[in-house]
Amino acid sequence: MDNLFNRKYIIQGLFIAIALILLGTLFYIQVASDKYFLSAESNVLRKLYTFPARGVILDRNEKVLVQNEPVYDLMVIPNQVKEFDTLALCHIVGIDMKRFKKSLNKATVQSRYQPNIFEKQLSIQVYAALSEQLSRFPGFFVQSRTVRYYPDSAAGHFFGYVKEVSPKDIEESDGYYRPGDYIGKAGVEKQYNDVLRGEKGIINMLYDVHNVPKGSYAEGKFDTLAKSGEKVVSSLDFRIQKLGEELMKNKVGSIVAIEPSTGEILAFVSSPGYDPNLMVGRQQGNNYMDLINQEKNPNRVFTVRPIQGYYSPGSAFKPLDALLGLQDGVIDPNTTFNCPGYYMAGNHRVKCEHVDGNIALRKGLARSCNTYALYVFQKLITQKKYANQRIAYDAWQQKVKKFGLGEKLGVDLPSERTGRLYASDYYNKKYGKSWRYTTVISLGIGQGEMDATPLQMANIMAIIANRGYYVKPHLIKAIGENKVIKKEYARKNYVDVDARHFEPVIDGMQDAVSAPWGTARQSMIDNIIMCGKTGTVQNPRGKNHSVFIGFAPRDNPKIAIAVVVENAGYGSSYAAPIASYITEKYLKDSIAVNKRASVEWMKKQVILPLPPKPKVKLKPLLTDSAKKDSILKSTQKPKTLGTPPVPAKPIQTVKPIQTAKPIQTTK
Amino acid sequence: MSTQQGNRFFFNVDWITILLYVALCSIGVVNIYASIFNGSTGSEFNFSTSYGKQLIYVITGLILGFSILLLDAKFFSIFSPIVYGITMLLLVLVLVVGRKVGGNQAWIPLGSFRLQPSELAKFGTALLLARYIGTFSPKLRDVRSIFFAAVIIVIPLFLIMLQPDMGSGLVFLSFMFPLYREGLSGYFLLIFLGMIVLFIADFLVPIEILLPIVLAIGGLFIYQNRRKQKIMFSSIIVTVVAILYLFTVKLAYNKLLEPHQKTRIEIMLGLKTDPKGAGYNVIQSKIAIGSGQLTGRGFLEGTQTKYGYVPEQSTDFIFSTIGEEWGFAGCFTVIALYIFMLLRVINLAERQRSTFSRVYGYCVASIIFFHVFINIGMTIGIIPVIGIPLPFISYGGSSLWSFTVLLFIFLKLDSNRMGFI
Repeated sequence: MDNLFNRKYIIQGLFIAIALILLGTLFYIQVASDKYFLSAESNVLRKLYTFPARGVILDRNEKVLVQNEPVYDLMVIPNQVKEFDTLALCHIVGIDMKRFKKSLNKATVQSRYQPNIFEKQLSIQVYAALSEQLSRFPGFFVQSRTVRYYPDSAAGHFFGYVKEVSPKDIEESDGYYRPGDYIGKAGVEKQYNDVLRGEKGIINMLYDVHNVPKGSYAEGKFDTLAKSGEKVVSSLDFRIQKLGEELMKNKVGSIVAIEPSTGEILAFVSSPGYDPNLMVGRQQGNNYMDLINQEKNPNRVFTVRPIQGYYSPGSAFKPLDALLGLQDGVIDPNTTFNCPGYYMAGNHRVKCEHVDGNIALRKGLARSCNTYALYVFQKLITQKKYANQRIAYDAWQQKVKKFGLGEKLGVDLPSERTGRLYASDYYNKKYGKSWRYTTVISLGIGQGEMDATPLQMANIMAIIANRGYYVKPHLIKAIGENKVIKKEYARKNYVDVDARHFEPVIDGMQDAVSAPWGTARQSMIDNIIMCGKTGTVQNPRGKNHSVFIGFAPRDNPKIAIAVVVENAGYGSSYAAPIASYITEKYLKDSIAVNKRASVEWMKKQVILPLPPKPKVKLKPLLTDSAKKDSILKSTQKPKTLGTPPVPAKPIQTVKPIQTAKPIQTTK
Repeated sequence: MSTQQGNRFFFNVDWITILLYVALCSIGVVNIYASIFNGSTGSEFNFSTSYGKQLIYVITGLILGFSILLLDAKFFSIFSPIVYGITMLLLVLVLVVGRKVGGNQAWIPLGSFRLQPSELAKFGTALLLARYIGTFSPKLRDVRSIFFAAVIIVIPLFLIMLQPDMGSGLVFLSFMFPLYREGLSGYFLLIFLGMIVLFIADFLVPIEILLPIVLAIGGLFIYQNRRKQKIMFSSIIVTVVAILYLFTVKLAYNKLLEPHQKTRIEIMLGLKTDPKGAGYNVIQSKIAIGSGQLTGRGFLEGTQTKYGYVPEQSTDFIFSTIGEEWGFAGCFTVIALYIFMLLRVINLAERQRSTFSRVYGYCVASIIFFHVFINIGMTIGIIPVIGIPLPFISYGGSSLWSFTVLLFIFLKLDSNRMGFI
């Protein structure tokens, strides 16, 4: 033993120290971190997906509205591609070499080892030709999936469409969607995407380093089968939906029909419409560009007018005046006002269509008397129980909101709009504290700074038909076997007007349709008591809009309806008859023989607004006093469809009324 | 020992080491089987497969080992210059007639068998080094004895570097340990360590920062030892040399190393990632080992192993099979077996009466240790990829037999420790 013996321990210690370094590193990568475990999984695991069929959509009579058709995607795994006759492949698929190279490059960039889509949605004919020769093209294979087919080519706005997912959709889907998947992008397809899409099936396959499949992972314990989407039953009645679309052909506007007792939407027509099949398949992108092309389709095809179109309710609002007046006790059914052919708001005359002398509720509604409606509005706002008129206005506004105006109704479609109805703050800002009922008098006849969507108008009719409540309108009544899809679509929303006050109002609306002095006699239906109201709504962009709202039959109503035909003039000339045809078809299943000719005539009418010209002729419209429901120097505002209301514009147009001088109350 | 009294040949043989040897060889065969296994069932035992061949190598290795035990212990000391001379000749020969495999001219084809002279050179060098120190008992404090010892080591190192086989060459640095044990100043170890640290730092830290740091540390030493002239003087020299070294390393690195070696070093230092190219082996090896977690995926259950994600998995990367299928527990066991064997060999070396046997014992332990450390370190990415096998476990007859011979010569020397050599 020499003095160097101790160096043994230094060397042994060094060996142990380095062994501990190795073990420490091993502990980190094996036990402390699961990064490598996960990398190992992604090394060998490939998820193969099987695509479910999208859920079928039925109408309320169980008629199939949407079904699925097989299409075939040509897939490629770039690293398995060997030399082959590229021209032959291009010829079969119908593409040129440029596109071939582009697609192959794109696939190679995405992943060399995974299947990538090479060419989307081949037709069955191409598929048949291709599958015979597929063995000539190593690395290529065909994957089938289904796309939508809409056999009636109708109700595009209701269905919406299905489209390839965007990167944002993928990000928001929590890993469900992958590039190349399809997702509902509009309409019911979007709103009910989660139930319609079903669940993709997953097959976990193990692959070796040469990308050769080595069988399923964990004996398929984690594999799932594709689950088809749920069957969805819509509330639409496709008989009247199709009739509505035919009637609205070559016109701009909407039809909304609701079953009052349930809130189920029976017809949902937005015109111009589009064939939903255009939004399917390889030409989807081109067709879409065509549809939004301002020159080919100047009337904003993709605006969903029933829930996005803004229209002054006009005369359609008058029943609300009466109902609120009765409820607040400022009038009773027999209260009369004198109509000399106009109403004086301050020193401004609001013209009425006719001179009726002393007029009470029933006749006032039947003849759509402006003077009567404005007196009621005046009485509501000048009630003594409120400290000032602005507070009274807010109380009034709250009551009107109960009817679903100025707020989203919560229909089961994306991008519903609220309409317009302002609280007093808005006017305070605009006029200071000096404004009074004369400033906003036009609201009494549903004009001025008030807009409603056709759905809101139809919903008001449902409220009157129900004598005081509504169920939130909705388009889908059942998902699979589940009949109540959402509690709020079964709940009754009361508007706080007693049922007894409805009868006098309904009397007036019945007279409007069936009394000789009524304004909506064009909508009479044999053996059915229809109640309704016409509206002729001024519009700075062209002729007045023709509006009709109503419900039928009077007792135990089955249908509430709102029809808007843009730039079609009087409510009685187009909207009212269209509403009656729809109602008759729905209630009787067929239209009386003597009316069929007029139905055909209506279908053929072309009422399209002139292409918009810059600087709309505002002046002539302002002085055009020959129209019903018009206010002299009244609130003219540009009607902008599909774009939110611009508050700046109306401010200037309403100003004249603000110069309020001593009011003449005619009583 | 009394039970073995009658057995003249196996008297005093250290059976514990032999047991550890057999254990490691068996682990090798099992894991080579797993590395070759590709998931298809029904692959029967077959001597034409790697694991079949390895089993033959193990058996022949054992026969070889026991034949060595039958030799006279004096033989190794006496013939060590001749063995050394032959291996050096083979190293020269391989440069002339050798076959290039994977960029290295390391193999001499002998019929169906390929001889790797660098393997033989390890114990050739070990024998002569032991003979030199054993015969002349130099204190390794004077320049002359250090020079002779260095020459014995540097000749094979130089020849191997010409192949070029950096991995096998590096192993010759392990002779530093026996020299240290025999009296070489500890400063050499420290300088060696310092060189490694500076080498790595040279890549990771820009020279503008590194230079002041080195100067500051050097300055501190010089200042602290300002009264002890001798130490101060050497501190100045060390500092100057260190700074020169810093500049030389970069230069040598850029001029001398092959591109693939540079890439490997850069990947190991984390300066470069290249998952598809040179970094692929290490990444896949780490993934395989890491996915084993605590207890491993189980025998033949490792997906990375089965589906061929780790290249060279039965040879240089065999440890990734152990890591994946047996987990941290398996890795711990294997490393523990090695450490146990190494400590045992050193303890045996220390009980030798002859310096020759002790030095040789230290050589054996150091060579094995270097292989284990570099090989495992490489599979887990803390050392650049250097193609050297894991002793007793990696597939390959040449490597297994040379380690067997290396170890069993020592066991023979140890069994004869009472006799004179």
